[in-house]
Amino acid sequence: MKPFANLSSHMVPLPFNDVDTDQIIPARYLKVTNKEGLAEGCFAGWRYASNGDLQPEFALNRPACFGAQVLLAGDNFGTGSSREHAAWALLSWGFKAVLSTSFADIFQNNAYKNGLLPVTVDQQTHQQLFSLVEEEPETRITIDLENQHLILPDGRQIDFNIDPFNKTCLLEGMDQLGFLLKHEPDISAYEQRMEGAA
Amino acid sequence: MTKPKTLFDRLWDAHVVVSGDGSPTVLYVDLHLVHEVTSPQAFSGLRARGLRVRRPDRTFATMDHSTPTTSLTLPMTDDLARKQLVQLQTNCQEFGIRLFDFESPNRGIVHIIGPELGLTQPGKTIVCGDSHTSTHGAFGALAFGIGTTEVEHVLATQCLLQERPKTFEVNFSGTPGPGVTAKDMILALIAKIGVSGGTGHIFEYTGQAVKALPMEARMTLCNMSIEGGARAGMVAPDDITFEYVAGREYAPKEQAWDKALNYWRSLPTDDEAIYHRSVSIEAGNLEPMITYGTNPGMGIPISQEIPDPAKESDPRRRDAIQKALKYMDLQPGRPLTGHKIDVVFIGSCTNSRISDLRQAAEMMRGQRVAEGVRMLVVPGSEEIRRQAESEGLDRIFLQAGAEWRYAGCSMCIAMNGDQLEPGQYAISTSNRNFEGRQGKGGRTFLASPLTAVASAIHGQITDPRLLLS
Repeated sequence: MKPFANLSSHMVPLPFNDVDTDQIIPARYLKVTNKEGLAEGCFAGWRYASNGDLQPEFALNRPACFGAQVLLAGDNFGTGSSREHAAWALLSWGFKAVLSTSFADIFQNNAYKNGLLPVTVDQQTHQQLFSLVEEEPETRITIDLENQHLILPDGRQIDFNIDPFNKTCLLEGMDQLGFLLKHEPDISAYEQRMEGAA
Repeated sequence: MTKPKTLFDRLWDAHVVVSGDGSPTVLYVDLHLVHEVTSPQAFSGLRARGLRVRRPDRTFATMDHSTPTTSLTLPMTDDLARKQLVQLQTNCQEFGIRLFDFESPNRGIVHIIGPELGLTQPGKTIVCGDSHTSTHGAFGALAFGIGTTEVEHVLATQCLLQERPKTFEVNFSGTPGPGVTAKDMILALIAKIGVSGGTGHIFEYTGQAVKALPMEARMTLCNMSIEGGARAGMVAPDDITFEYVAGREYAPKEQAWDKALNYWRSLPTDDEAIYHRSVSIEAGNLEPMITYGTNPGMGIPISQEIPDPAKESDPRRRDAIQKALKYMDLQPGRPLTGHKIDVVFIGSCTNSRISDLRQAAEMMRGQRVAEGVRMLVVPGSEEIRRQAESEGLDRIFLQAGAEWRYAGCSMCIAMNGDQLEPGQYAISTSNRNFEGRQGKGGRTFLASPLTAVASAIHGQITDPRLLLS
């Protein structure tokens, strides 16, 4: 996993609460044994109408949104299924961070594991960001993970919280499996304690 | 005097390998269940690192999500799905994992066969790359869904890095009236607290109405914990639990059984233990529930009218209801009963066990599926299918004009060709009514098997209590 680098980008606004992982990546895209085809599946149900036509008014289809690395989403983003393909699809599309007031547990975990940064902001900041993007679609935001702040175009700085372990993992591009494997002696000791006695 | 503990506290504490100290806890996983959709990339990851599966004896796999329900023999017409299933076979063979594949009489939906085989037991930590892993919490296990990267972690180390969640007591007092099932109880909870109500928490279901539920109903309840935002949901083990587990293939036997029973009896929550949050619902006031919208929290008692977004003060919640009603093409203020349906689906890890099929068959007996309605009945496992056939339940469904299928996830996730056409309305005993879930443009009403069957008979959404004598 590549270390998370600070980024400066415009945002794709998705002003809907409770966006579920079936919308982020419909189940028909989950038949792969690798990570292929997920960009195509990203929000496919909303990007395309039932007859296959592209929906021009949907945010991801708007030219102004192309190349954006930040998704500005409604409350409780990523609810529903545990499919990690949701995080992979967002990354394939080009997103590096998602901003919301809250994230569903499993999705948030999956995002961290893949270097997709979930940033939690308060309701007021959330509203301000949506207003800014509505007024000026090209609004750029800078995300500084090391110092835990968002920087708005007018220079205003908004702090965000993130748990130290996930922050370190993202900054270092850390391999969590490697971290777990280092605990092999502890795992063996646990198994001995639990099963050895039988 | 030790601090009073909840069931969750006991299970968590018993599985800590390394305590988090600025980092998450390393938590041991007793049982790892695997299926074809969320595992291939995990096995590839192991292969790339030259790692083996640490505990093949604690790992069990099945085929369920994209398997056809029309036939047990490959080849399948869906080439991608077929390749994914073959990949699972290859992975299980290479890594030495027991796989319940097409040849196996025990194949079925992962959260159905775990309990069936006695793999699911009180006191265990159980994970699977599937959010409905919460089902197994019905046994007093700590069971939750994980992503594919975490599947790889568990395969390699039998452990996960986890932050300790908070606890949320969900108390159902009283006794539900006729026609009100565990499915209605859980839909009522999610309607009350919302789809993010349980985020960061695990539920413990308590109260008279929960204790009175048989095991399969407890599984229905716990199954949809994730739809209320909680990764896991638990019911304290008791004699009903022990009776269910006893004698199953992987259940402890003889001296090991006695030892296990002793341990299991020590697990329930202490009287003085404190939960971080709690909610109470009087089960006696519940009605059969039905969803009108596009997430499991958008549900109402069946006698009520579809909500009016104009009455919602929060602008984003108002927008959400408006968007949902537009997708579902429903009018606010109208009752849901009487709305036509095109398809009825009895199935999924929520409601496809033998007791669900018996309930459905009992209501269906001597009746016919209404003209123009397609009804699919998909048992949760091959074991359940055989049991149902030995009881003649299949004949009841077939005589009524319904389709009787082989086991699998089927129309819940619509990955295998069992799906809705755009615009079709389905009443479904599954767990998710998200846009397009059961087929692009498909419109889902979530409900209990009783409500689904009553609606199948009348060709429109029907209160099942009208058909109960």
